[in-house]
Amino acid sequence: MPTLPPETLLAGRTARHGTAELSELPLVPLWWIAPFPGREAALSRALAAAHGVPFPAPGETVRSGDTEIRWAGRAQALLIGPAAADPGLAEHAAVTDVSDVYARLVLTGPDTACVLARLVPLDLRPARFPAGRTARTLLGHMTAQVTATPEGVELLVMRSFARTAFHEIETAMRGVAARPG
Amino acid sequence: MRLDCPLCGPRDLREFTPRGAAVHARRPEGETWSEAWHHHLHLRDNPAGRSEELWYHGSGCTAWLIVERDTATHEVFSVRLAAEGGA
Ligand SMILES: [Zn+2]
Repeated sequence: MPTLPPETLLAGRTARHGTAELSELPLVPLWWIAPFPGREAALSRALAAAHGVPFPAPGETVRSGDTEIRWAGRAQALLIGPAAADPGLAEHAAVTDVSDVYARLVLTGPDTACVLARLVPLDLRPARFPAGRTARTLLGHMTAQVTATPEGVELLVMRSFARTAFHEIETAMRGVAARPG
Repeated sequence: MRLDCPLCGPRDLREFTPRGAAVHARRPEGETWSEAWHHHLHLRDNPAGRSEELWYHGSGCTAWLIVERDTATHEVFSVRLAAEGGA
């Protein structure tokens, strides 16, 4: 039987301008977790027991092995990594498979913060937004989940915005690279 | 202008949408017509100065906020979550 490998939206496209490099990341299992009113503490315990990560505080990510959880707004988090979310979580929260909902992009290199300053209304310099911090904010006119990782800044945008996001970031990269050093 | 979201911290105005006076979040008791409903629907204050408004942090945490600010000077006095009794 033929195997069909999963294909990403931009086929893993990359771009490099100046000292910044933009890449599309492979698909990963993503679960949107939204606790029911009053069940936040119970959900956090269930998450820790099943996946090794509690419900994160605002702006935080928590990692345990290959599993990561990111705060994604009021009473919302994204669980990243596990092929299946523990069925017990559904007792405390709405749990939705959003693996193919987002395009994942990563921007790396010394110009990363400078490039994103043209699109994101947050100070993303590592001193103010170190690895492990996350924020839901704007990327141009798109909402995006922006996360600092040891490699750079990872951006999750709705899949329908994948090409627009790549194009806008690449335009910003060209602009920054064109400035006299 | 920036708003200091209780969850996200200080954020740029473009992440927020205003919804108008916070009176929207304070419906009178009961469903039957009363003087209180008449006031709620028709006799709104329109203060030039200190007022309370509902703002939606749609491009941030998606929380509804009660923002106490001066509509004449844009000075912001407080921002709190509508869901946590802020209304
Ligand atoms: Zn917020």
